[in-house]
Amino acid sequence: MEAEEIPVLPRGVRLHYDHIREIWVLLAPERAVTLDAVGHAILSEVDGERSFGEITQKLAEKFNAPVDLIMQDSAGFLGALRARRFLDVSS
Amino acid sequence: MTTAKTAPPPIAMLAELTHRCPLSCPYCSNPIEMALQEAELSTETWTRVFQEAADLGVLQLHLSGGEPASRRDLTDLIAAAQKAGLYTNLITSGIGLSEKRLRDLDAAGLDHIQLSLQGTDAAMADEIGGYRGGFDRKMKVADWITKIGFPLTLNAVLHRRNLHQLPDMLKMAETMGARRIEVATVQFHGWALKNRDALMPTLEQAKETTRIVTEARLRLKGRLVIDYVSADYHSKYPKRCMGGWGSTGLNVTPDGQVLPCHAAQTIPHLTFDRVQDRPLADIWYNGSAFNAYRGTDWMAEPCKSCDRKTVDFGGCRCQAMALVGDASATDPVCQKSPHNAALQAQANTHAAHDRASFFYRSAPGKTPAPTE
Ligand code: SF4
Ligand code: SF4
Repeated sequence: MEAEEIPVLPRGVRLHYDHIREIWVLLAPERAVTLDAVGHAILSEVDGERSFGEITQKLAEKFNAPVDLIMQDSAGFLGALRARRFLDVSS
Repeated sequence: MTTAKTAPPPIAMLAELTHRCPLSCPYCSNPIEMALQEAELSTETWTRVFQEAADLGVLQLHLSGGEPASRRDLTDLIAAAQKAGLYTNLITSGIGLSEKRLRDLDAAGLDHIQLSLQGTDAAMADEIGGYRGGFDRKMKVADWITKIGFPLTLNAVLHRRNLHQLPDMLKMAETMGARRIEVATVQFHGWALKNRDALMPTLEQAKETTRIVTEARLRLKGRLVIDYVSADYHSKYPKRCMGGWGSTGLNVTPDGQVLPCHAAQTIPHLTFDRVQDRPLADIWYNGSAFNAYRGTDWMAEPCKSCDRKTVDFGGCRCQAMALVGDASATDPVCQKSPHNAALQAQANTHAAHDRASFFYRSAPGKTPAPTE
């Protein structure tokens, strides 16, 4: 995942708050992926407009963490979603 | 121990809206005794059931049949499910859907479509589905689906007669812009059990299919996701049916019976509660059918002392019933089952029936079913 690439949740993939289990999940065709706080924080910033660089910059400020580290973690997480076609990327 | 009290809430529900279907695939998973149209649940009852399901913890709703498009109220049902907060997945052959109807489903909030594929050309697909013109219509429906922008999964059922078309099926999925394809080797339940002579793949075919899928997964990584169900009788271990009995999913039949799996009605000593009589949550946690094979306490040897018992939960109860005559036996697909050698031999015999013809599924409550 490059800094200038723009991640977007494609149609049919959406965030959902599960009131019964009290967790955030990512709903996708045939799948419900349980999200931890970090995963949810990253996906909440994905709006189809801002680039990966901008998103991670914002998260770094929010969590007061080095941007390199945030980039590394987020790239792994988003890359895994991308491989399953739960995330599209444009540049 | 998983009991009524410790069972987790279900994640998925399969709503079999109707057993009516214009097609008559010889591997249809519908029961031999199908529900009559008059007995089908009303729009209001389904609407209530969807809300009960969401309140119980269901996230994914699969709307299936038969052919769900045979229900005239399909759009209303999708809207009701969407309102309840469920992720809606329509499992269809495409027959009965027009562009207008698809646009209505889009407006009602349908999340995803799963389109079945009987073959890659009209000659094959229409012979398997027993419906002339079905393939051409399906291709039109696929175009509309893509045009509207629904996320699409192709759902291919493979068997001895069409396994050679797998490479073309993968190409087709790519051309249509599908994100996923389910490549499922036929599982022997329902009508498929009567068609083992015509459908059973050979061992070589089963191996070749796995090879093609493995290669395609690498080649298409990030473009097309392939979910694969391998040939059951040729496997070493059985499949974990429904993710474990009464642990992740439930089925509601057209007439309102709540089943732990779609074939559960083949186990004669089980009784099933109906959504008309009892709240869904009560059925899930306390219904006798759901507690019959929950967890591992019901197991006998060799499952009881096996280290895979929480991996596959002893395999499929309905298959143990159908093939060994005992629903609490080890699934005979397992190499540890005392019946496995006989099953392997039987599979080879079925696969060697070159000229076997199909017993097509019949319409609900009309033609009598062929006997074994
Ligand atoms: S498997 Fe074939 S006959 Fe059965 S419901 Fe699906 S399309 Fe209809
Ligand atoms: S013995 Fe039972 S639990 Fe063990 S692998 Fe076979 S079916 Fe699964």
